[in-house]
Amino acid sequence: MAKITYIEHDGTEHTVDVDNGITVMEGAIRNLVPGIDADCGGACACATCHVYVDEAFKDKTGERTSMEDSMLDFASDVRDNSRLSCQIKVSDALDGLVVRLPEEQG
Amino acid sequence: MWGKRRGVLAFNRLHLGAICWVKPAASDGAQTHVSHTLIIGAGQAGLSAAAELRKRKYEGAITVLGAEDALPYQRPPLSKAYLSGELPLDRLWLKPPAWYEKAEVEVRTRTRVTALDRSASEVITSDGDRMAYDKLILATGGEARRIPIPGADLPGVFVLRNLSEADALSEALKTAGRLAIIGAGYIGLEVAASARKRGHDVTVLEAADRPMARTASPLLSGWFGAIHRGYGVDLRVSTPVESITGTERATGVMLSDGEHVEADLVLVAAGLVPSTGLAEAAGLACDDGILVDRHARTEDEQIYAIGDVARFELARYGRSLRLESVQNAIEQGKAAAASICGAPFDYDPVPWFWSDQYELKLQIAGLIDGADTMVRRGDPEEGKFALFHLKDGRLVACEAVNSAPEYMAAQRMIAQNISPDPERLRDSGVAMREFLS
Repeated sequence: MAKITYIEHDGTEHTVDVDNGITVMEGAIRNLVPGIDADCGGACACATCHVYVDEAFKDKTGERTSMEDSMLDFASDVRDNSRLSCQIKVSDALDGLVVRLPEEQG
Repeated sequence: MWGKRRGVLAFNRLHLGAICWVKPAASDGAQTHVSHTLIIGAGQAGLSAAAELRKRKYEGAITVLGAEDALPYQRPPLSKAYLSGELPLDRLWLKPPAWYEKAEVEVRTRTRVTALDRSASEVITSDGDRMAYDKLILATGGEARRIPIPGADLPGVFVLRNLSEADALSEALKTAGRLAIIGAGYIGLEVAASARKRGHDVTVLEAADRPMARTASPLLSGWFGAIHRGYGVDLRVSTPVESITGTERATGVMLSDGEHVEADLVLVAAGLVPSTGLAEAAGLACDDGILVDRHARTEDEQIYAIGDVARFELARYGRSLRLESVQNAIEQGKAAAASICGAPFDYDPVPWFWSDQYELKLQIAGLIDGADTMVRRGDPEEGKFALFHLKDGRLVACEAVNSAPEYMAAQRMIAQNISPDPERLRDSGVAMREFLS
């Protein structure tokens, strides 16, 4: 279990408990956090679950996969700390994770 | 898992009172009618329409009627990660139960609609209830096509479209070794891959001369066929079937050439039949799908149709079609909601699809039919390549295997009507970004 804080583009914060084994994207969907569409349901096929990972957690959330990197290449407002949240698996190590949501997905 | 589903049903019943509710009397004593959008079909399309209505601040009541005993869930994993056991049931749900309560979207599961009464603007359910609507959205999807051959009704013969069918197939696979699959389309091949992962012997029987013949280019078909054979699937093309054999239960498939393929289970993966019955009986125009305009509306201005069941004119490709895809379910659902909210937009998507088989991700943008030129980029031998299809110089489709940059760029290039230089497109050294204006 990890406590994750999702911060919407307008600054609204949602701090929720997310089970291990599911993804940061699913944690948002299950906890009614708006701003993550996840059209493809987590198959890394649509790039609509884009988030910015807080610098302090960049190492713990790991590197982008090459598929993810390519999908993000065409998303809007991509930054160094951009990730697709469907590709980040939740574990105890991510307790306290903060992710920020972009203004728009896709 | 059952407890969880029952809990959901209990919640649904608690909220039945909200249907077609009328606001308390206004100060002048008059009653205000609250608009009601009724959605038939609790799949991805129906849910998308409901969610978009709320996103657009629709203030009326929203009711979603679903025939299945489940809240809206993702269908794509049923033939992939759910069947192979990698994705559990609790990760299939599109929204948690609390979402429906918060969004004030009422879902009634296990509720079939038996008739539409357009003159009264009501639907009639199998329970005999009449429910009034101001706007009606038909998101009825379809059923797995069954084939009219002897033995097709035997125990041990399965189809795969919905959750209960996936559960039945998955359960049966626990005690069966050999699986025969009739049909080498996406579902057939995805199940073949999932079943190989589970250790089954798999034979795939396809009447056409190549797998995925309906949608894929010959080169892609051939390549995927070779991959499946490499993983041990006995894939036979140009192989029509005569019957499913067995007396008590299926024991195999008799081929038209007289050969018998033994199997413990048979999956018929022969495509989808759109569920147009309600619309047809109500006199709405149908032709392998319910006919809708670019706002997802039928000829009846109160009634919309979206998702797998809707046939529409895709202006970008100049043809009428049904699109069986997650993208279409979501986007056409949004188009219907926008129209209902008085802000219609023209729905003219660049279609996209994906398929996961073994460790391969196939992503397709656009439609290949009508293309006159194919450009290959990357090396199929390395399991990473993209096939670009051009028509009169313009990019119309891209089939990408483990090649997300090509796929993502192609989506945008097609949308922007870009005519790329084929020689540069072929050159992996030229970044895909350079083709975008």
